[in-house]
Amino acid sequence: MQVKHRLYHGTLYIVLSGELDQHSAQYVRETLDEIFLSIKSRQVIIDLSELEFMDSTGIGVLIGRYKKLKEFGVPIYICNPSTHAEKIFKMTGLYDIMPKIS
Amino acid sequence: MIANNIMEIKFPALSINEGFARTCVASFCLQLNPTIEEINDIKTAVSEAVTNCVVHAYPTKVGDVYLKAEIFDDTVIVTIKDDGVGINDFEKARQPFFTTKPDSERSGMGFAVMESFMDEVSLSKNGDKGLCVVMRKQLGKITASEAIGG
Repeated sequence: MQVKHRLYHGTLYIVLSGELDQHSAQYVRETLDEIFLSIKSRQVIIDLSELEFMDSTGIGVLIGRYKKLKEFGVPIYICNPSTHAEKIFKMTGLYDIMPKIS
Repeated sequence: MIANNIMEIKFPALSINEGFARTCVASFCLQLNPTIEEINDIKTAVSEAVTNCVVHAYPTKVGDVYLKAEIFDDTVIVTIKDDGVGINDFEKARQPFFTTKPDSERSGMGFAVMESFMDEVSLSKNGDKGLCVVMRKQLGKITASEAIGG
């Protein structure tokens, strides 16, 4: 699992690559929290184009980050989900709190 | 009914084995010529069940996970068992967003995902302790959108 980030014009872009499950969850959680602490942004866009697998543990990780950023009024958006990730997002209602953008 | 093919593995309930378990079942199912979507559904459901063993079944030790996959014609049946603490209230456990670990960022969607991605999911006690999850999925089914030519 790899977490890449880049700040561009006040938007923090995060790219998650690999498999997000219980095994990688702690690493992703800690890495994202460190990035959010050190880089201030107006909004966060999570790019999932390189995510090869995700289960409901990944939903827990994303909701956890949403709650933390909400305290600072920073919204999160999802882009490029796979058909598979999209299926999980729709059934869990994740898009209600983290809208999808293209 | 006799299975056309069967495989069984046992491994410790360690998170590193989640990827192994789902890839293993996915590889076994390849003989049914599944679509990518069907394979992803099965991988996700297996991952959810194994994650439950890793996160919930064994609070004080690393116990074993028993995984079996059987093929009956065009249908795969996956059984995932543990000897852990088990679940007392199956109905409650199956409710979307219910989790016994709200502070650990659990989504509580594990069983809901299994139910949504497989045709049938049944929970039972594994003997006097632990949990037995049996999931069934028929492959090569024509979906509604295909049936109407969408």
